[in-house]
Amino acid sequence: MADENPMLEISGLHASAGGVEILKGIDLVVRPGEVHAVMGPNGSGKSTLANVLAGREDVQVTSGRLLYQGKPLQDLAPEDRAREGLFLAFQYPVEIPGVTNSYFMKASLNAVRKHRGQEPLDAFDFLALVREKLELVQMDEKFLNRAVNEGFSGGEKKRNEILQMAVLEPRFAVLDETDSGLDIDALRVVANGVNALRSPERAMIVITHYQRLLDYIVPDQVHVLADGRIARSGGKELAGELEKLGYGWLETAPTDGAAAG
Amino acid sequence: MRDPACDHYVDLHETFSKRVSGEAAWLANRRRDAVGSFKDQGFPTTRMEAWRQTNLAALARVPFELASANTRAIAPQDVEAQAVPLFACSLFVFVDGRFDTELSARMALHGAVHVESLARVLAEDPGALEPYLGQLADAKRHFFTALNTAFLDDGAVLRLPPGARLDSPLHVVFVDSGRAPATLSHPRLLVVAGAGSHATVIQDHVSLGLTGGFTNAVTEVFVEKAASLELVVLQRESAAQTHIANLAGKLERDARFTSHVVSLGGALVRNDLNVVLADEGAEATANGLFVATGEQRVDNYTTIDHAMPHGTSRELYKGVLGGSARGVFRGRVIVRPDAQHTRAEQSNPTLLISDAAQINSKPQLEIHANDVKCSHGAAIGRLDKDALFYLRSRGIGEDRAREMLSRGFASEMTRAISVVPLRDEIDLLVADALEGSARREDAA
Repeated sequence: MADENPMLEISGLHASAGGVEILKGIDLVVRPGEVHAVMGPNGSGKSTLANVLAGREDVQVTSGRLLYQGKPLQDLAPEDRAREGLFLAFQYPVEIPGVTNSYFMKASLNAVRKHRGQEPLDAFDFLALVREKLELVQMDEKFLNRAVNEGFSGGEKKRNEILQMAVLEPRFAVLDETDSGLDIDALRVVANGVNALRSPERAMIVITHYQRLLDYIVPDQVHVLADGRIARSGGKELAGELEKLGYGWLETAPTDGAAAG
Repeated sequence: MRDPACDHYVDLHETFSKRVSGEAAWLANRRRDAVGSFKDQGFPTTRMEAWRQTNLAALARVPFELASANTRAIAPQDVEAQAVPLFACSLFVFVDGRFDTELSARMALHGAVHVESLARVLAEDPGALEPYLGQLADAKRHFFTALNTAFLDDGAVLRLPPGARLDSPLHVVFVDSGRAPATLSHPRLLVVAGAGSHATVIQDHVSLGLTGGFTNAVTEVFVEKAASLELVVLQRESAAQTHIANLAGKLERDARFTSHVVSLGGALVRNDLNVVLADEGAEATANGLFVATGEQRVDNYTTIDHAMPHGTSRELYKGVLGGSARGVFRGRVIVRPDAQHTRAEQSNPTLLISDAAQINSKPQLEIHANDVKCSHGAAIGRLDKDALFYLRSRGIGEDRAREMLSRGFASEMTRAISVVPLRDEIDLLVADALEGSARREDAA
């Protein structure tokens, strides 16, 4: 698998938001079939990395290279990234009043299908598909007719993200703190949903503050982000180490690059 | 001061008067008084307080002619293409304000209550409408209401006997035929909901031609003791139409009146709504939705007048404005000294989906009683950036995402309508209006 083209190749990535540099040189390669965990304290740049990948406009890439399936990602609008199979599960899913969940997901799926040269699904086929996926995340069908995320609990919003991911079947998924605010049962449901989507063709970046999620979604590699740089990378055992030591050691640990400044 | 626009209507009225002779004295008097009213007021200009924000200078220059009755017939499919017959609703069609028997397919209704032709009621029972017709819509203070009354000829009348409960909505379509350019029609609807009666009425304005006609509509609604009436006014005329409308409602004891004023078409639209809670325990719900793009102008002036105690009113007007569209919302809620224990809410949230769109919103409370609960507010917003990004991150294109969010914003108003097939119809019309706008802005 080593010679296979990477799904994602990030090199020397610098990015800023609101004029403040947040990512200060990230290098990361994710290959098909791999799950990478990105951990780190608050403010280390985890969500900014997720937003850069999804194409959020208020984050500016100031230098570096982002290649998705060998093609520059920065040239693509957020909708085109999604159509090319990139998916971001939001840390804070947005409420959309007046737009039902099923209408939204059908529009989304059909936009992606159209891009893949597939026929749009009609209401009947869509319902059959979405019912199957609802089961995966243990959500009630009544959520389909409710406005997107409106009045959903924290856990319901996160399940709804995984539901969308299951419906869209992305090639590359970024889960931004999908575990935050979940109780252990909801965490298991979300993790099961994610694990069901793991496949040799698919890759994922799982962003989390806590090691807990990684008991359920076992990563191939773990990266620790600190002050906009990857401070350490390692196997899944790195997550366990972090759990014991906390993030405090990062301040004193030597980094690969030059001193911060 | 010279007022050629007003003089034009005086001249038109002379011709009109020769045609309608030999009718009940009260009606002849009301018409004559109305001519006096519109002459006294003069054609509205922006110097008049009520018209300060609604510029009618262009309208004043067009010498509109009255739509004539005796030209080619209109094909049912032409009407249906504009106003799709709604499932389980009775359809009544008025062409240029006149009842069209051929086009109206009446379904058998329980108790045989149906929409009648005003001309026919006046001919058969001349005294029946005297206590109602022209008694609510104030011709003295509204030039165009005076004009409509002066040219009273035909229109729609719904008389609900006490206790009558209509299960199926009545769909009244006012067609502007567009048979000649620059024609003027005066649609008129009178509803008298007898004590304890219940009905839903759809007042639907469509136009067949693309020429710039002028629709000047007046609606009077009497909701008697403990009656409940829902009225949906749907204005979906062509993009060149001028539409001026006055809706006046009066609620008796424990009466309920829900109005939904939906404005989608027209180049220049001005809707006045005047609802009086004339007795205790009345409940008025005033809903409004206006969607305008391109160069459209849409103004809503509303007055909810609490005259008696224990009344409730809820007013919610939502606007979606794109292109260079402009809108005005003036909402007055008056609580008179006698109207203790009034509860009144008023709100006007507007979504601006382009940089050039503008809204001028002014909610106003005038409270003269001390034991009341009132609130009001206006909010002007742009599309939520986070929501837009969320939709786009799921593969939905930017234009479509904007349209979905705008429709979502508007859908609160359509969901309030009890007639489900009409909700869907309006949702689609809103989508069409917004999609068209996106296409036009792409081309520009």
